[in-house]
Formats: sequence, structure tokens, C-alpha cells
Amino acid sequence: MQNSRLELNFGREILKMLPSLAGAAARRLGRTPVIMEVCGTHTMAIARSGLKSVLAGCIELRSGPGCPVCVTDQRDIDRIVALANLPGIAIATFGDMLRVPGTGSSLELERARGACVEIFYSPLEAVAYAARNPGKEVVFLGVGFETTAPAIALSIAAAAGQKLPNYTVLSLHKLVPPVMETLLSDPELTVDGFILPGHVSTITGRKAFDFISLKYGRPAVVTGFEEIDILQSVCLLLKQISEGSARTVNGYKRLVREEGNKKAKEILAEYFKPADAFWRGFGLVPQSGLAIKEKYSRFDASAKFALDTPETQPPKGCACGDILKGKLTAPDCPLFARACTPSSPAGPCMVSSEGACAAYYHYEWSEQDREVN
Amino acid sequence: MCLGIPGKVVAVNQDENWAVIESFGVQKKVSIALVDEEVAPGDYLMVHTGYALGKIDLKEAESSLKLWEEILFAKQPS
Ligand code: SF4
Ligand code: SF4
Repeated sequence: MQNSRLELNFGREILKMLPSLAGAAARRLGRTPVIMEVCGTHTMAIARSGLKSVLAGCIELRSGPGCPVCVTDQRDIDRIVALANLPGIAIATFGDMLRVPGTGSSLELERARGACVEIFYSPLEAVAYAARNPGKEVVFLGVGFETTAPAIALSIAAAAGQKLPNYTVLSLHKLVPPVMETLLSDPELTVDGFILPGHVSTITGRKAFDFISLKYGRPAVVTGFEEIDILQSVCLLLKQISEGSARTVNGYKRLVREEGNKKAKEILAEYFKPADAFWRGFGLVPQSGLAIKEKYSRFDASAKFALDTPETQPPKGCACGDILKGKLTAPDCPLFARACTPSSPAGPCMVSSEGACAAYYHYEWSEQDREVN
Repeated sequence: MCLGIPGKVVAVNQDENWAVIESFGVQKKVSIALVDEEVAPGDYLMVHTGYALGKIDLKEAESSLKLWEEILFAKQPS
């Protein structure tokens, strides 16, 4: 308690000196420093806490490809919808996936039309559900980054242990370091520093992100989810920018280790192998996904069910791609708050409360702009 | 989605790889199959989708103040 009060005082001190830190960074760059928060949980924390408006004018914050729901390719959503319509199938999923729109439908719509879609908090609950319902083919949607993938790997282990013939996983997992590589090698990218996802790093370890500084010369900070953590990471980034230095710093040492979680990494390597994956807004990112190893193919929905769907076009006008790359912010999209709102999302960034467009809609856009529109 | 919930361990079953944690006054059973450290009552865990991702190091939590000092008191570049 006393400790957090102390931190609060530090926080106030920091807020006072932030403009000068940002000023020094801006002088070095010749423009306002741009910082990207990669994880959607950060996006939400920044929006909700009001930090974004506190920092406005000093630095520009952009959201990155930080939500596995947002970056799930439209064609994969179409595949899921097709799967949901096969007879005898029960789709098991985290709730976030429900409203993500595919080309013509979403899981939520299919559920309203009679498809069996069950929501679970943990993949283990889905395994138990499959055991209780032997007449159903339960397909778990394996959506998530490094944080979630080990838990889903262990659901395969649990299903194998119980010899369940009716549990499979559709692995749409995404890996953060490869997409960061893609982002950083884009010559148009103007991001001066990165706030790195704390819980992804718990698994990967801090070192997995060293390449951001070593290869691309950008500072980065692994960051927790308290406001004070975020403020701290912003300051550490500004300081490095103003010095012209670049390190990948661990600002979340209470949970993140240098090498990450060894056990979780071993479990990942047992069940999955890296594979090319399609990201909404990015297209193909080499070796950025996880496929289930042949050894476990009887638990692999993509091996068990034919899931061919045609190529798709993103919704007309949706700027999600550029938003996920940090090139645009939500209100730059012509559909924002018009054809696309949280209650009727056109693109994925509006669906999850952690999506960049939804966070903007809820926390930043409302007061000033709602009456103008 | 990668949201983590911190909780204090109140009971552990090492053989079956689970622990009961209390967070915000609510107790729940979580898997500790992913934790690569020894878990004991009184420890704090970060939990995601029913699995503990790792132990929260309280000593490190305290020393995070050191990072603040680094920002506040380090010499500015000349
Ligand atoms: S799903 Fe949510 S929390 Fe996980 S990375 Fe995205 S935004 Fe972060
Ligand atoms: S406002 Fe809607 S349509 Fe536009 S980028 Fe965001 S999610 Fe896509």
C-alpha cells in the first residue's frame, strides 16, 4: 500500500517532467515522437485512464497489431462460419470471437440461426464439454498470441489423455515477434519506440524482442498494465529517443523473465510448429502462426474437416489494415462512427473492446465529437 | 483477450497441478501446469484463461521503483 502511494508520487513527478522529456526527444527527431503500443490491453488501459489526452501534444500514441481477434484474417472467419454450419459441429470459443465479421456473416449471426456456438473462459472447460457431449464434434477456436497458445496446447494434451475422439482445435494462433519484424521492415513506418505486450513477453521472455533494438535501432519496453507501468515505459522510451540510444528494456520484471517461461515454451514446441499465417491488414507474415504437429493431427480441425472457402475482400472502406500498421488512427477511417460502430461493427478493430477503433469510440471520440456529428 | 488476473495462492495441489487463488475476494481453481517455478500458498500468480502464466515476484515489484529513479535522477545527455 505504502509502496503504491510512493509510486503515485513518483508518477506525479514524472507527469511534471514529461513535457521536457518529450521536448528533448522531439528536438532530436525534428518532430513529435511516435510511440506504438503493440497490445490491445494497453490500448484499452491508455484510453480508459485518460493517459492519451494527458500525453497529447507531447507524444503521439498509435496502436499496433496487438489483438489476435482483430488480426484474424477475414477468410479464417469465413472458414469458421462454414465450419459452424456443418452438421453435428459445436464451435467452442472465447467470447471475443463472436461478433467478428466475416464476408457475409459472423459466429453470432450463425448462432442466432441455430448453429451451436459455446463460449468458454478456459480451453479446459471446452474439453470437459466435449467429454459430456460425445455426440458432438467440438472444435475449439485456437485464437491468441503466445500468451494463450500454451493453454490451448494443454487442452490437446487433456483431450489426448482422455482419448476424446470428438475434440479438435482450429489453430489460428499468431506470434508477435514475426509481425514486429514485418512492421519494422516497412520503410514507411514512423514509429520511434514500442510499448511491448507484458503477457506475451511472460512466455517469450524479454530477449525475444531484443531484435527491435539490435537490428532496427528502435527502443522498446516490455510493459505491465497499470497506468504507472505505462507512464514509466513512455518515459524510458522518450529518454532513449532523446539520447539516440536503443535498448529493449524489461519494465515488467515482477512477471517477465529474460528467457520467458521455459515450461510453456517446451509445451508449445511439443504440440505446435511455426507456420506461415495470414493477418488481417498485413497479409502473409512468414512463420508467424502455429500449426498443430502431424503427431497430433487427430486433434487438428484443419486436418479433420474440409474448410476451403473462396478468397475474400475486406469490407469496402475499412481502414483496419492501416490502423493495425499504425499508419492511421480510427477517426481517419471513413466508416468510423458512421457505418461502423461497436453495436454494428464493419471491421474487426471495432469488435473487441480492446480493438483500436472500439477503444477510440468509447473513450476518446465520445465527448467532443458526438454532438458535432 | 490476453488479459491477466493476479491472485494470491491459498491452496496448492502439486500432483494434480492446480492451485486455488483468491483475487478481488473471489476464490477459483486454476491450473499451474505452465508455471516453471515452485508454487506455494502466499505466492501471487498471474492467471490467463484458467492457467497461471507465472509467479509475480514481489521483491521485483518493490524494486520497480529503481526504474523510476533511473528516469528521474539519471543525468540528462549533454
Ligand atoms: S487480445 Fe487483447 S490482450 Fe491479447 S493482445 Fe489483444 S489486445 Fe492484447
Ligand atoms: S472504423 Fe470500422 S471499418 Fe474503419 S477501420 Fe475501424 S473497424 Fe475498420
